[in-house]
Amino acid sequence: MAGLATTFGSGAMTNSNNDLLGANCIFSIGSNTTETHPVIGFNIKKATRSGAKLIIANPRHIELVRYADIWLQHTPGSDVALLMAMMKIILKEGLHDNSFIMQRCENFKPFKQSLDDFDLTTAETITGVPLGQIVEAARMYAQNGPSAILYAMGITQHSHGTDNVIAIANLAMLTGNIGKPGSGVNPLRGQNNVQGACDMGSLPNVCSGYQKISEPSIKQKFNVAWGINLPTEEGLSITEMIDSILQGRIKALYLIGENPILSDPDAGHVRKALSTIEFFVAQDIFINESVELAHVVLPGTSFAEKDGTFTNTERRVQRVRKAIDPIGYSRPDWLITCQIAQRMGAKGFDFEQPSQIMDEIAKVTPSYGGISYKRLDKGGLQWPCPDLKHPGTSILHTQQFTRGKGRFMPLRYKPPAELPDKDYPMMLTTGRNLFQFHTGTMSRKVAGLNSFKGEEEVEIHPKDAERLFLNNGDKVKVISRRGEITARIKISEASSPGVIFMTFHFAESPTNILTNPALDPISKIPELKVCSVKISKI
Amino acid sequence: MNYLRLNINSREIKVKPGTTVLQAAQASGTYIPTLCADPDLKPHGGCRLCIVEVKGMRNMPTACTTIVSEDMVVNTETEAVHKERRSVIDLIIADHPMDCLTCIKNQRCELQDVAAYLGITERNLPRTIKQKPIDDSNPFFTFNHNYCILCQRCTRTCDEITGVNAIEIINRGYNSKVSTFGDKPLMESICKSCGECVARCPVAALVAKNSIMPTSKIETTCPYCGVGCMMELGIRNGKIVSVEGSRSSQANNGRLCVKGRYGIADFVQHPERLVQPLLRKSNTLIETSWEEALNIVAQKLSAYSGDQIAVIASAKCTNEDNYIVQKFARSVLGTNNIDHCARL
Ligand code: SF4
Ligand code: SF4
Repeated sequence: MAGLATTFGSGAMTNSNNDLLGANCIFSIGSNTTETHPVIGFNIKKATRSGAKLIIANPRHIELVRYADIWLQHTPGSDVALLMAMMKIILKEGLHDNSFIMQRCENFKPFKQSLDDFDLTTAETITGVPLGQIVEAARMYAQNGPSAILYAMGITQHSHGTDNVIAIANLAMLTGNIGKPGSGVNPLRGQNNVQGACDMGSLPNVCSGYQKISEPSIKQKFNVAWGINLPTEEGLSITEMIDSILQGRIKALYLIGENPILSDPDAGHVRKALSTIEFFVAQDIFINESVELAHVVLPGTSFAEKDGTFTNTERRVQRVRKAIDPIGYSRPDWLITCQIAQRMGAKGFDFEQPSQIMDEIAKVTPSYGGISYKRLDKGGLQWPCPDLKHPGTSILHTQQFTRGKGRFMPLRYKPPAELPDKDYPMMLTTGRNLFQFHTGTMSRKVAGLNSFKGEEEVEIHPKDAERLFLNNGDKVKVISRRGEITARIKISEASSPGVIFMTFHFAESPTNILTNPALDPISKIPELKVCSVKISKI
Repeated sequence: MNYLRLNINSREIKVKPGTTVLQAAQASGTYIPTLCADPDLKPHGGCRLCIVEVKGMRNMPTACTTIVSEDMVVNTETEAVHKERRSVIDLIIADHPMDCLTCIKNQRCELQDVAAYLGITERNLPRTIKQKPIDDSNPFFTFNHNYCILCQRCTRTCDEITGVNAIEIINRGYNSKVSTFGDKPLMESICKSCGECVARCPVAALVAKNSIMPTSKIETTCPYCGVGCMMELGIRNGKIVSVEGSRSSQANNGRLCVKGRYGIADFVQHPERLVQPLLRKSNTLIETSWEEALNIVAQKLSAYSGDQIAVIASAKCTNEDNYIVQKFARSVLGTNNIDHCARL
C-alpha cells in the first residue's frame, strides 16, 4: 500500500464498512466485491437501493455490473490511463474541489502538468472504453459527493500497482472526497488478517505500527524495549527472498501459515527454491505443496483453538477466542515461536497469554496504544487508538492527512510488463471465486464449498472459443513464457475477447506457474493480474 | 431529541418519532405475536398476527406497519384482537405438519411460540393434505416447502439484505410458494448460499443440514476474508456444531457469507489436520516429539547469521502471532528478512 503512504501518509482503508451506506456515489475499480468481500458487497447493493450511484470499472462482467449505473470495461492493466482521463475531464469541466486542493493538499502544479501532457483520445485507445462513457463516469463521481472509491488486488497486483493507487488517491483529493463520511479511498484487504500482519510489522522495513527501522529514534526505542541491537539493514520481500535462496545467500527459512508455491508468481521458481534450501522449517495446520518440502514441520492451531485478535480491512481490531481445545498435539503459533526463541536463549518471550502480548504491542505501537483485551471484550476498536480513553477512529484524515498535507503525484501511463504478441496472443487475468479462498488450504477442505467450484476453469469469450474450435468443458493447455497448466474451458461472456480469466485456488491447475514475477518497483507486488498466454486443445 | 408519548395497555411510554407500535411495545417489554417481522427488514404487515386496537381507528391495524403518533392509545390484548389472531393461526396450522417432537426446529420455532401464547391446543380447521417436494440440492441447507408458512422473511432477506433476489413468491393464492426463477432447484439458481434466509426462517422450512443444538457459544472473528465478520461458534462435546453471525460487530452486523457460515467446522476438524511435529529422516517426514522438533529448529537456526535466514509470516495468523514472529526475527535471528503475503 505504498501508494497511499506516499500521498496520504497511511496505507489503510480511510473509511469503514458501514460508512459505504452513506455514500452518494460508489466507484469500485479492480474489485469483484461480491465474490471476495461478500458482506461489503451487501452494503454496496444496499447503498444503491437507497439511491447511491454505482460506477464499476472492471475488465470482466462481474455481479455488481447488474446494479451499476456505469460499467467501464477497460483493458487489464490500463487503470492509470482510465483514471488520468477521468481527472483530466474533471479539471476541464471545473468539477474539482478548489478549496480542498488549496487548503489540504500540495504539489498540485506538477500533477496538473502531467495531465496536460496526457491526451484523451490516447486514453480511449489504451483503455478500450469509449470516451463518452469515461466522461459520464467522471461527472458522476465528481458531482454526486460524497463519493467513495473501493479497490482491491485488481489495482495492486501489477508491475505499476503503486501508480494505480496513486492515481486513485489523486482522484479523491482532486474532488475533496477524503476525510468525511461516505467518501474515502478504501483498499479492501484480501486475507482476514493482512491488515494486522502489516500493522504488527511482518514487513521487511518497519516494526509494528509502520515504525521505520531506518529511523534512528525508532531503532533506539526498540533497542531499549527489547533489550537488543536491532539490525538496521532493510530486509527482503518474499519475491526477493526466493531469488536470494536460489542464489545461495539465504540458507534457512521459517515459513508460517503460507503456501508460496500456489500464491506467488512463477511457481516453478518458488518450488525450486524451497526444495534446495539448506534448512526449512514450516509451521501450519495442514500439509500443503510448500510445507511438504520442509525439513521440520510444526503443527499450529487454527483460529478456533486460540485466543488473539485480527484486524480487519477497516482497521478494526477484534477478538479471536478459543472455542475448542487444540486438535491433536498442535500448539498456538505464538507459543511455538516463543518456545523456539527461549531455546535459543532469548529473553522477552515468556508470555503466558496472548493478552500479555497485546499489552506489549500497545506499549511499543502508538496506533494500538489504547487497545487491550479488556476493552475489546466490549467490542472492536479501529486504530489509530492511541490511549485507553480514545474511542478509535472510523474515518482517517478528517482534519489533516496523516502526513500533514495530501501530496498530489504526477503520473505517466505505463503498459503492463508483458503484453500479448504473436507467440502469446491472449491476456490472462486472475482473481478469486466466492466459494473458495486463496490457495484453498481451508476452503478446499469443506466438501460443500467444493460442490460449487471444485476445479479450475478457464473462462473464455465465445468469440475466442469459436476461433480456437473449443467447446464448453474441453480440456486445454494454457501456456505462458514460464510454464503451462491444464484445465477445462468455460465459455462465458464475462471477459472481453482476447482476455481469459482463472483463479488460483487449485493445486491441480496452479495458475501461478503462468504468472509474471515482474515487480512493482516500490511495493514489490508482482504482476499477478496480467500476463500473456496461448491456449491449445488437448 | 423530542419524544412522543403513547399508552400501551394502560402504560405510559416514550419513544422517538418514527418508531412503530411493534417496536414501542417490544422496547417496553410488551409481547406482541408476529411471524413476519424482523429487525433487519422493512415492516411487511403480511402475517397479520400483530394486529392491535388503536383508539380512534376503526380497523385493527398491524403494529409493525403503524407509526406511533402523540398520545396514541393502544390495546394489544382485546377479545377482538385475540379472535382475529386465532383465525390467522388456525389457517397457518391447518396445513402445517405439526410433527413438533421430531422436528429439527422443536423449541426454536417461532410458530410454536406464537401458538403457545395464543393457547392453541387443537386444530380447528380440517387438515389439508398436500405433500410438496423438498429442495435438497444445496449442500448446506434444505428447503422443505411443507413447513413453509409464507411469511416472506426469506424472500425479503434475499432482496433487502443480500440484494441477490434468488428467491421470490411464485403462483397465487393456495398455490403460492417460495421458489427460484423458473422454479428450478436452488443449486441451479443464482443463490449464493449465504444462509441469511436460513438464519431468519421462523420455522423448519429453511434449515441448515448437519446442525445440532450447541451447549455453549463463543464469539470470535471469521478466518477467511478481510471483512472481519464476527460470529458465534456453537460448541457441543468439544466440537464446533453451528455458526451464527454476531450482531454486536459493526463489521458485519450479524451478516455472514457462505464461507463464514458453512465453511468453518469442516476445515478446523478435518482428519488431515497436522497433529504432531514431523521431522524429515531419509527423505520422508515422520512424526516426532515437540521436544526434539523444537530443539532441532533452535539448534539449526542458531547456526546461521541473520542475513542467511528468512522468515515468512502469515496473514491468516493473529496479531499476537505476527508480533511475536517479527520480534523473533529481528531480536533473536538478527534479521529484517521478514515478510508475509500481503502483497499477494
Ligand atoms: S442463501 Fe442467500 S442468496 Fe440464497 S436464497 Fe438465501 S438469502 Fe438468497
Ligand atoms: S463471513 Fe464471509 S464476508 Fe464475512 S469475513 Fe468471513 S469470508 Fe468474509
